[in-house]
Amino acid sequence: MNAPNKSGWKPEMNASEDGMHNGPATVTGNRALMLEEPLIFEIGHAETTGVDLPEISEGRSRLGSFARNETIGLPGLTEPETVRHYTRLSRQNYAIDLGLFPLGSCTMKHNPRLNEKVARMPGFADVHPLQPQGTVRGALEVINELAEWLLKLTGMHGVAMSPKAGAHGELCGILCIRAALEARGDAREVVLVPESAHGTNPATAAFANYRVENIPANEDGRVDLEALKARLGPDVAAVMITNPNTCGLFERDMKAISDAVHEAGGFVYCDGANFNAIVGKVRPGDLGVDAMHINLHKTFSTPHGGGGPGSGPVVLSEALSPFGPLPFTARTADGVVHLAEEENAAEFGHTQAFGRMTAFHGQMGMFTRALSYILSHGADGLKQVAEDAVLNANYILRSLEDLLDAPFAASGPCMHEALFGDQGFAEGLSTLDLAKALIDEGYHPMTMYFPLVVHGAMLVEPTETESKASLDQFIAALRGVAERALAGDESMKQAPYYAPRRRLDETQAARKPVLAWHEPAPPAGTPTLSEQGGS
Amino acid sequence: MRYLPLTDTDRSEMLAKVGASTIDDLFVDVPEEARLDGPIHGLPMHASEMAVERHMRLLSKKNLAAADAPFFLGAGAYRHHVPASVDHIIQRGEFLTAYTPYQPEIAQGTLQMLFEFQTQVAKLYGCAVANASMYDGSTACWEAVAMATRVTRRNKAVLSGALHPHYTEVVKTMAKFTGDTIADSSPSIQPSPDNVGLIARIDEDTACVVVQYPDILGRIPDLTEIAEAAHAKGALLVAVNTEPVALGAIKSPGELGADIVVGEGQAIGVGLQFGGPFLGLFAVRDPKHVRQMPGRLCGETVDAEGKRGFVLTLSTREQHIRREKATSNICTNSGLCALAFSVHMTLLGEKGLRRLAAENHRLACIAADRLARVPGVTVLNELFFNEFTIRIEADARQVVRDLADQGVLAGVSLGRLYPQVEEFSDSLLVAVTETTSEEDIETLAVALEEALS
Repeated sequence: MNAPNKSGWKPEMNASEDGMHNGPATVTGNRALMLEEPLIFEIGHAETTGVDLPEISEGRSRLGSFARNETIGLPGLTEPETVRHYTRLSRQNYAIDLGLFPLGSCTMKHNPRLNEKVARMPGFADVHPLQPQGTVRGALEVINELAEWLLKLTGMHGVAMSPKAGAHGELCGILCIRAALEARGDAREVVLVPESAHGTNPATAAFANYRVENIPANEDGRVDLEALKARLGPDVAAVMITNPNTCGLFERDMKAISDAVHEAGGFVYCDGANFNAIVGKVRPGDLGVDAMHINLHKTFSTPHGGGGPGSGPVVLSEALSPFGPLPFTARTADGVVHLAEEENAAEFGHTQAFGRMTAFHGQMGMFTRALSYILSHGADGLKQVAEDAVLNANYILRSLEDLLDAPFAASGPCMHEALFGDQGFAEGLSTLDLAKALIDEGYHPMTMYFPLVVHGAMLVEPTETESKASLDQFIAALRGVAERALAGDESMKQAPYYAPRRRLDETQAARKPVLAWHEPAPPAGTPTLSEQGGS
Repeated sequence: MRYLPLTDTDRSEMLAKVGASTIDDLFVDVPEEARLDGPIHGLPMHASEMAVERHMRLLSKKNLAAADAPFFLGAGAYRHHVPASVDHIIQRGEFLTAYTPYQPEIAQGTLQMLFEFQTQVAKLYGCAVANASMYDGSTACWEAVAMATRVTRRNKAVLSGALHPHYTEVVKTMAKFTGDTIADSSPSIQPSPDNVGLIARIDEDTACVVVQYPDILGRIPDLTEIAEAAHAKGALLVAVNTEPVALGAIKSPGELGADIVVGEGQAIGVGLQFGGPFLGLFAVRDPKHVRQMPGRLCGETVDAEGKRGFVLTLSTREQHIRREKATSNICTNSGLCALAFSVHMTLLGEKGLRRLAAENHRLACIAADRLARVPGVTVLNELFFNEFTIRIEADARQVVRDLADQGVLAGVSLGRLYPQVEEFSDSLLVAVTETTSEEDIETLAVALEEALS
């Protein structure tokens, strides 16, 4: 290697203008234990492999003229190099295992390792989705047992387990509504979505070919019931509501909303992303909800994995249950759980299924984790989950409302998340600057600029798995950066100072997209990746 | 309740701080008639780690794991050996328990990994750009159709009859609601795919043609002639691959003219998991189509000190900004599965992937030759990679169940995949990978021979 590293770090550019990094530049670009890491394409070789596989022998081929002759361009690393590469990368990440994630609207709570252990049991991890049913009875029981818990916790009638993520679940719920309306010959065109709903809600409705109309929030941060009632009519297929909503508030009028929507012939979709705030305390079925997805990673703690996978089972009212998609599980009188697919759905009376949303049976690996979490808590523990989550959020709200603008603090207790705005920040300083300063304090920032109904919104959700000591430390850190923002500390504009990267140029990334690595034009005489020998 | 750190003393102090006398004071907005008092009827109370583990282990043992049987199932999910270090890396808490990398300064680990993953997928598929992954292959397939309708401003998709029937069903289900037209070809059992019949269905209204490569019967269609026919009518070719290991041995769909390449990445690094989570792959050959792509994208940029760094980018296509005008409602990816894929692919490298593919093909050829010698068995395919179809002169569904009772997982009967097609009932899809031993092949051959005699 002639260059210290290929990560793009240039020692001569390290003359820090901020006065925070006045130490000498290092030859490697590394800073003590924080190591720069090149791309696999810069350190790997076409001839290197970390897997022992037999050499390719001449033999009979049934590939015909399709046999590949061009190189693919994939670099390989040996096993020690691979482990080191990814371990170094991992250290550039913040994670729930490292500290509090005060994210509103995207619950991040402790991920028990028992759940990981269970998901890896060979009977769950190493079974094929199309094995004969007699060889996967335990896997089908897991799906059904989880489904039964979800039905009891929500007070609903049926559940579609196959949706692969929350937004996929939303789509499933809306398609059930569409199928039910079509079955009664009722072609409605409009879905009403309150302003405070998740961005996926209108996208989902549009994807299902509905026209989306917004419903305003009232001053209280809740759906404006009168405005909603005024808009209801024979063209409205559904209302999509998030409850508890994205202002962190319970929709007090939920039952009245449901009644009004039903009276007008429509259905109520509830975005259940925030179910962790009410699990064991309220059943959405009792509030008149017709369909609700449940993000298993949020309420039941499956790991977020840097962006997924998720899982979005959808609970359905009696009116919608017949339309839920295939496949699904059913327990017969003899106690055996069966899988109903295209070929046998009729045996289970499920003849009106609207179709299939995914190739197989959903996120089995998430089901085992969620079920383990549910069983660990039990009915008593899940109720405590909601209570502690709500208590923790209110503790944060009340500990900061004297300093930060809390627009709905007067509307009563918040649910699992506390909402603040940027009113009072010194000229030129924004929520973004506060968030980046919080990184220097060792925290992942809260959700910013959402919901849209609050200027410079900061949505904080501590979850039930944070201790009081951890909340107190976070509150102190947030008070510290808030005071700087109110006082006009200009240095915040350059934050973060201590993260693995300083503020990243997102505009350049979007304007001149570089979405894959390309081999730099080599100086004359340099061997290319494909010509390089083994390492 | 070992996951809940608050003590009763904490709770009292905190209630005092928030000005509530009981916890229910914080739930005042919930209508009283809907509030649940006491535990929910019919649900058990909390259980210890040991008790939960025992319960789950008992359920786990009611399943026959692939490793415990001669195993020949494929049809969109494949069993491959996953090196131990892959699972070790994805269990590192900094990857496992990280959030979506919306704060790039403290998410470079996930972001650099995604950038590397996108590049690996693009190269494997012979495309310019790949995204940061989708839910799975079947939903990626539908998203490709939806994208093609946006790009061409036409709304008809022509599906190959040899597309995985579950993928076909997903596309048809979604199209019912969006109003797009789907023309699917009837599946047929022939040694080679019916390109002529497929090409005849492409017309001036066609947004895209969707072809699986290798197809559901394991055959390898000539994408080049389909691409030419599609392009001549202004349509796009969507190629669907469900076995990425195959691309270590056969030409990439991009190289053969596919415009959008989607597929299932499960075979590399992820494992069977009874069908999920899986890993949707999505790539486009022409970089100008990037802005019509669904899903997350990671891009390279610099930080305030000029250091290279990575961010999620082009998010103006996405639902959190565009709401009802977004390219898709997807707001997640299969991040951890993408990591598993990328780590496994890095361990393999070019050399390892080619050797892995060659070994799969070698064993599949041995299996096809051996099964062809079983009386009553005919191997259908002229060409295949690691999966092929046999006709067995019996109801394959029953044979598969009978062999399972003997501890042999013989393959996927076409009768299960196509319950409505009577002529497929005697056919069996057999997949072979590097995890299949020659002894397993012999066991299957002998068991089939007995079953058919």
